[in-house]
Amino acid sequence: MDAVILLTLTGLGLAALYFLVASGLSLVFGLADVLNFAHGLFLGVGAYATWWAAGNLPGAGPDGLGFVVAVAFGVAAGTLMAVLVELVLIRPLYSRTIEQVLVTVGLSLAGVALLQATWGADARPFPRPEWTRQVTTILGAQVPNGGLLLIVAAVLVLGAILAFLQWTRYGLIIRAGVENREMVTALGIDVRKAFTLVFAIGGAAAALAGALGSVYFGTVSPQQGGSLLIFAFIVVVIGGMGSVVGSAYAAVAVGLLQQFVNYYGTSGLGDICVVALLAVVLLLRPQGIAGKVATA
Amino acid sequence: MEPILTVEELSVRIAGLHILQGVSFTVAPTGVTVLLGRNGVGKTTTLRALVGLTPRNGEVRGTAQMGNRALLGQPTHRLVRSGLGYVPEDRCVFAGLTVAENLRLAERRGSTPAYDRVFALFPELDRRSRQRAGSLSGGQQQMLAIGRVLINDNRLLLVDEPTKGLAPKVVTEVAEVLERVAESVPVLLVEQNLAVVRRLAHDAVVLAAGQVAWTGNAQELLAETELTRSLLGVGSAEVHH
Repeated sequence: MDAVILLTLTGLGLAALYFLVASGLSLVFGLADVLNFAHGLFLGVGAYATWWAAGNLPGAGPDGLGFVVAVAFGVAAGTLMAVLVELVLIRPLYSRTIEQVLVTVGLSLAGVALLQATWGADARPFPRPEWTRQVTTILGAQVPNGGLLLIVAAVLVLGAILAFLQWTRYGLIIRAGVENREMVTALGIDVRKAFTLVFAIGGAAAALAGALGSVYFGTVSPQQGGSLLIFAFIVVVIGGMGSVVGSAYAAVAVGLLQQFVNYYGTSGLGDICVVALLAVVLLLRPQGIAGKVATA
Repeated sequence: MEPILTVEELSVRIAGLHILQGVSFTVAPTGVTVLLGRNGVGKTTTLRALVGLTPRNGEVRGTAQMGNRALLGQPTHRLVRSGLGYVPEDRCVFAGLTVAENLRLAERRGSTPAYDRVFALFPELDRRSRQRAGSLSGGQQQMLAIGRVLINDNRLLLVDEPTKGLAPKVVTEVAEVLERVAESVPVLLVEQNLAVVRRLAHDAVVLAAGQVAWTGNAQELLAETELTRSLLGVGSAEVHH
């Protein structure tokens, strides 16, 4: 029983990490039709900026309020990176899918190479508050606090994004734009501002995933964005392009499936099961759990 | 009176295909001007070119002036803000949003939304404000699509096949509404239902194979059975239904 609770909560921690990366990807694809392979770079920038700030930024540190400042710096850096990528590289290439893929894949590779050149290819210890290294006993299971932190952060981000989409003018524009972008412009709305905004939201969530994911794993490395991005894409497809709630459901399904199968089966089998789940969803419900139906 | 819209030598090529070839016509500053033609002659392409919605793989040439404003080459949102209202074919309401949200989306900063005008024309929209647009009937969706544009003041409305796929009773309702709308704003209407055309249109522009085949008084066109048949492929009997 303890093992089930532990696996459930660590699975949810993993799901939280996937959701933080996937929510932005999903909104960006749903609204702007951009498959952003550079999204993992925002995660890497967030992680490294937090790591750097904890050791160098005045007022920031590895503990207490200083750690909050360091994470806020990392999130701001990831957001800024995302906005710059949208304005400089993506904006001239809307509706040119192949060029977008080439640019974002290239940027992703160049970004990882730049992080490696600057701080080395090896994983580095990540400064983190002492309490995140400890465990909390829940119904007899010893659950890592870092995982619980991820879950709390993901729930807060999910709530914030849903409130933003439901109650703000730009949220309304984004919801409408995911359905029919052209018609939004035909109502006199400059939808490009909404594109920049969803990149910023996605960049911030991914950077937060980078910072808190590094807290959870205890290290930061240039490759972690890329490896998480693959599962984030799977979550987006299963959840449905453009649906934040769908991404949340899919992240939970993927995280739990991976964790339970890896524990009770052979290590690595969970990843194969996730791909099998993706195939089943694509066959039975190509638009995903909650995505818009593709039209000709 | 000066026309509200002057289109000269409008040519549109999409994916290598010449859809429109040197189309020229004017739209009167009052009433309804109807754009007619058989399927595939370029009526919708004309409206979409005017409002800046030609696909990226398309090429638009020629000029189109709405008053002093050049339309072609401008971003859609700027054209719409300058007073060019567009009601697309197939209505294109946002199915996942409520009626109220569909209308709120059309509101603009700095101008007062004309909900009174919209609800006077379509009281049903007021009653169904919390209903998802996707669950409305085809006629109600068409009302919403028109009402959404009328939230703001317009200098010219482009309306694409508003009666397409609607039941005869609803077609009559839509025609009545457009008749009332056209009392205050000129309309360039694409319409296949010739009974509706007979009721609404003063001027007509007929397209054939991407070119203007005929322009003149709409009622005169419909009165001439042979001409109507040769241009549109239908006879006068169908005009009266």
